[in-house]
Amino acid sequence: MLHLIVKYMWWVVPVLLLSACATPQPTLRGTGDLGVVIERATGQVQVIETSGRKSLAQVSGLGDLSHASVVFSRDGRYAYVFGRDGGLTKVDLLTATIAGRVVQAGNSIGGAVSQDGRLVVAQNYEPGGIKAFDAATLELVADVPADYGTEGKRSKVVGLADLPGNRFIYSLFDANEIRVTDLSDPKNPKTERYPAGKQPYDALVTPDGRYYIAGLFGEDGLSMLDLWQPAQGVRTILPGYGRGEQALPVYKMPHLRGWAVAAGRAYLPAIGRHEVLVVELGSWKEVARIPVKSQPVFVMARPDGREVWVNFAFPDNGWMQVIDTYTNRLVDTFQPGRAILHLEFTPKGEAVWISARDDNRVVIYDTGTRRKLAELPAASPSGIFFTSRAFRTGF
Amino acid sequence: MSHGAYRAVFLAFVAMVAGLPAAAQDASPQLQPQRIRELVHLVRQDCGSCHGLTLQGGLGPALTAPALRDKPREGLVATILGGRPGTPMPPFRGIVAEDEAAWIVDRLAEGFPADPGASR
Repeated sequence: MLHLIVKYMWWVVPVLLLSACATPQPTLRGTGDLGVVIERATGQVQVIETSGRKSLAQVSGLGDLSHASVVFSRDGRYAYVFGRDGGLTKVDLLTATIAGRVVQAGNSIGGAVSQDGRLVVAQNYEPGGIKAFDAATLELVADVPADYGTEGKRSKVVGLADLPGNRFIYSLFDANEIRVTDLSDPKNPKTERYPAGKQPYDALVTPDGRYYIAGLFGEDGLSMLDLWQPAQGVRTILPGYGRGEQALPVYKMPHLRGWAVAAGRAYLPAIGRHEVLVVELGSWKEVARIPVKSQPVFVMARPDGREVWVNFAFPDNGWMQVIDTYTNRLVDTFQPGRAILHLEFTPKGEAVWISARDDNRVVIYDTGTRRKLAELPAASPSGIFFTSRAFRTGF
Repeated sequence: MSHGAYRAVFLAFVAMVAGLPAAAQDASPQLQPQRIRELVHLVRQDCGSCHGLTLQGGLGPALTAPALRDKPREGLVATILGGRPGTPMPPFRGIVAEDEAAWIVDRLAEGFPADPGASR
């Protein structure tokens, strides 16, 4: 018996050894401290690690990333990257490879993941609407056009957010409407329509999924829908915040997301004004308006809510300011680099990663001392996204 | 007098002698290489935040050569300088000069150059 094995099966041992060498066992690791940095000019993303403050890998072939945004699978392993050109790419953070890619529209702006993690939904400018995909396979499961009027027009969709019950909420820039689409049965999407203010440009849902607030380009005020009492319809909050004054030219649209909520209030960029507006959730009373350096783009609360960090539109996009939410006063003004496009706090907020596009680097700051901790080279970096978003409604 | 000023005087003289208008309507403006670099970066990156880095469109319409083919040059120059009221298109007067706006429109019409990156 043994001599037969030696005679005919002698090759088994070397083959096993060789295959063991060819595919080394990957180091086991979690993904809770991982994220991606968009390198917008080259269509690449860097996979980064916040614990070691380092870049782990680069993934290319993601298309036009000029307005890229990212959401994460609920296991925190995959990043879904939405490109301007309608590309939706599923990136495996552990292997730094593309696990799937579809070009699903002509012009896309972002996406969201359903409450149960099974659907990834894209919001599109062209053709206007939302599309739902199987989060595992990227197979199209629902196509909901944002049609309006009687001439078959479709609106650009902005401000998409996930809601409890596998529902999605979004705004129609061209149709002055907020819509809620229920995708709990993706084959039969059900959409509710709510008339809203003029030209919603982006929106947020509060972290509890209750209030949806859309910023308006075409009117002084914001549109708010209470999702616990949707029958009440859309209400205008902070009406006339511009006090009838001529708005300044807007060189970059602000961005809204649940990060604007801190200490029971929402910190909102005033469009066409050098102000951050502070409104109390629920009563919708204006608490403060904080004069800032220029027109705010991202008004982002540190995860503990004690500070809000603000960056600005061109041509003042080299500046950042920090607001103390306890006093609603500015506590810092500094220049982290040239063309600050985005910032992202680590999950518990001890550090913030800031992209300086025209310096081709990401700078990392200690949020306690506001001192620079590290710099990472990146080609024309824009959005920075950490996997902690996977577990938050509205991200 | 700087080299550029000598050149301008010379060109004005030549134009006068030749009996041509000093600033010909259909000639694209001449700009300094450093300023060209800044304008290309501005258009690709900052106009690109609404019109897309590839200028295929976004919140704002596409600015590719085919998309602009039927649009009159003066109207496009006026849009860059004065914006379009009622839309998010802001006026860039004060950020780009009139001849720079015309230069941008001419480059868009022939397919806009790639961004060489921010100047040092």
